[in-house]
Amino acid sequence: MELNCKHVWAHISDYIDDSVAPELRVEIERHLEHCEICSAILDSTRNILVLTADDRTFELPVGYSQRLHERLAQELAAN
Amino acid sequence: MKSGQAMATTDRNEPELIARILAGEKELFHELIRPYERMVYMTAFSIVKNATDAEDCAQDAVVNAYRHLSKFRAEAKFSTWLTTIAVNEGRQKLRRAKRAKEDSLDEPVDGEETEFTPAPLTDWREIPLEALERKELREALREAVANLPDIYRQIFTLRDIEELNVAEAAAALDINENMVKVRLHRARMMLQKSLAPLWKTTAPARKGFWGRMPWN
Repeated sequence: MELNCKHVWAHISDYIDDSVAPELRVEIERHLEHCEICSAILDSTRNILVLTADDRTFELPVGYSQRLHERLAQELAAN
Repeated sequence: MKSGQAMATTDRNEPELIARILAGEKELFHELIRPYERMVYMTAFSIVKNATDAEDCAQDAVVNAYRHLSKFRAEAKFSTWLTTIAVNEGRQKLRRAKRAKEDSLDEPVDGEETEFTPAPLTDWREIPLEALERKELREALREAVANLPDIYRQIFTLRDIEELNVAEAAAALDINENMVKVRLHRARMMLQKSLAPLWKTTAPARKGFWGRMPWN
């Protein structure tokens, strides 16, 4: 069965996580080979995930760790 | 990336660390939580949505984890258990603040398969690694994540920011694994949709950047 674009979109997330069945993976890859649109969507989604995984994107507040351990130290001293 | 955390958690014997803390070496609790500080904060932030409350929740979660450490069951992963506590702290904070107005945490109606049509865009294909250094892209992503509906922001935070696996995320949010996958898919597609057009409109304007690319 030839997958259409909508089928591929429905599986993009699982495809990225490598959690689609092997046969479906083959079908998706066959589609991606000739579909520029789906390839671009896959790439853009992957790029978002790369950016997300970078610690500079979602930063901790300055001094967070120090304050956390100070609070914990108080707790340990009390209990 | 997360290499520091991965190294820290694989190189040590957590069950032993926990046993020693419970046996009286309580100062070791500082070491136990060190690899998870970021995770606790991000989890809380995904729920309460502001830095001050997230930090309060993170501190409360860590203190509560210490107080209840004897209830931790060794067959679970400490990180998952701690995440669950952080989720609960965040939810309690919301409840206190909004007088139990938790509609945002409601389950979406099952079978309500909203179809997401991703934004088609070829410009993304050529993303050079250098583009990932662009501050405004990070800012746009932070904003897009902040604007996701609550249930999607939470699952995206646990899976893609904190990099919990499906089972861990399901346990932390008390939902089933299939729900994790469905929500994560929607979250990613929403982000793709909101970020892709932005890329398209801002990228060509940055001639200084794109002018240096080999295909120009």
